[in-house]
Amino acid sequence: MLKVENLVKKYGNATALAGISFSVEKGEIVGFLGPNGAGKSTTMNIVTGYISSNVGKVYIDGDEILENPTAAKKKIGYLPEQPPLYMEMTVDEYLNFVYELRGCNLPRKQHLADICDVVKIADVRARVIRNLSKGYKQRVGIAAALIGNPPLIILDEPTVGLDPKQIIEVRNLIRMLGRDHTVILSTHILSEAQAVCDRMVIIDHGRIVADGKTEEINRFIQDNRRYKVTIAGPQNDVLAVLKKLPGVVACEPLSERDGDAIAFAIEAKSGIDIRKAMFYALAEKNYPLMGLEAIGMSLEDIFIKLVDKEGA
Amino acid sequence: MFAIYKRELRSYFTSAVGYVFLAVIVALSGVAFSLTTLLSYSNDVSTYFTVMLFILMVALPVLTMKLFSEERKLKTEQLLLTSPVSIGGMVAAKFFAAFTVFFGAVLCCSLAYITLFLYSDPQGGIILGNIIAITLVGAAFIAVGMFVSALTENQLAAAIGTFGILLAMLGIGLLNSVIPWYPVRFVLSWFSILSRYSNFTNGFFDFAALFYYISVCFVFLFVTCRIYERRRYSA
Repeated sequence: MLKVENLVKKYGNATALAGISFSVEKGEIVGFLGPNGAGKSTTMNIVTGYISSNVGKVYIDGDEILENPTAAKKKIGYLPEQPPLYMEMTVDEYLNFVYELRGCNLPRKQHLADICDVVKIADVRARVIRNLSKGYKQRVGIAAALIGNPPLIILDEPTVGLDPKQIIEVRNLIRMLGRDHTVILSTHILSEAQAVCDRMVIIDHGRIVADGKTEEINRFIQDNRRYKVTIAGPQNDVLAVLKKLPGVVACEPLSERDGDAIAFAIEAKSGIDIRKAMFYALAEKNYPLMGLEAIGMSLEDIFIKLVDKEGA
Repeated sequence: MFAIYKRELRSYFTSAVGYVFLAVIVALSGVAFSLTTLLSYSNDVSTYFTVMLFILMVALPVLTMKLFSEERKLKTEQLLLTSPVSIGGMVAAKFFAAFTVFFGAVLCCSLAYITLFLYSDPQGGIILGNIIAITLVGAAFIAVGMFVSALTENQLAAAIGTFGILLAMLGIGLLNSVIPWYPVRFVLSWFSILSRYSNFTNGFFDFAALFYYISVCFVFLFVTCRIYERRRYSA
């Protein structure tokens, strides 16, 4: 469906993309994950033909974006980071404008009504876009991306700035779109990509550091065993017990206190589950275990780990 | 492409710009027309058309200033540039939208000639020639305005920049008479809108001048397209 070959983009001396290649198969929901400034939006802007790369090719279902722009662009529905809405138009006027702009020849009334039902904006169609809430504006942007039924839908940070309820709605919507479209979405939130995507492409400093099925990436991420344990007992004694556990790489007290209980961050070697050993060791010394929770890796931790792995 | 044309045209009249433009042009042109013909007991329209050039120089930048700069600032150009529409199509659509409003204003102003025909016997050919010429000069001005609008995100800067360039294009004719060096005068006269217009006010239909205005139009529209092509690589 989409094939990207060796994209390089430079802004003066700064390199935004340093050779990005990936491909997306029909029907996949792919998460494009990376911290701010990693090159996500740049990649999406190149794929959709908004800007051009210095080197590299983008094929949308066989059509190159610069050589065959009209055919290629017809197959993409794009929601940029900031939805390109004309504030003075009503939702209906805007959708009709996009319909004509994209040169669609589907039955107009039915098509637009269907889209409005899917993204749940049927009740605001007569309202001026300027007066809509951020969540509605975002959905109007998504609606515009769906017009003409393009096989490939690209959404750049679709949930940024929405409240938690709206985020869940948009994620559900994306999952639903994935049933009969190929979807690429960019995000800097790991849990979002985990929740929605079949596959993740992780990008940092303009290059791809990981590309794999969500389960594979999850396994890789969870392989790192870090926990926050809260234990009642004297700090130094508890610390000594924890450090003696087999497979512990690091252990340090945190500043959190819960009565006489102290929180510690503990990290185990990969492949070793220290939870049982820790429980018995603490029980033996009569230090009650008050709480135990896994510390998820932040995106930054994952990048460090992925980059380390690549270098090794 | 037609979608963009329609949207631009509508946006002129959902904001006040279109109405204000029409009102100002019709009012100023009416005053100029009354003073130069009716109140002077003359049916000679040459002064009127020269004054119209200067009115357009001030008014047309207001019409063109937002065409690209607003879209760029609000990032709505991202929608246009990722749609299956060519850059040339986009530029042409915006040009014709501005031109339509301007031509509407010219037609409104032209109603004034009826009074001339009522009270005297003016030369219809000269009037028609002048209307065609002023329409083409306006088209060239719009192309200049679009070019400047494509350069900046700031509408005010676009308007003032356009005004500056148009002022220079009109002023070159005056400047020419004081420059003693012939080659400079010769080159400058290429850019002079005013010197080419004088034939029309004198009652000659100058095809070379018409061709010149159309060329100016195309050159500036072409450069506008190139700006967009280029920005893809630098932005």
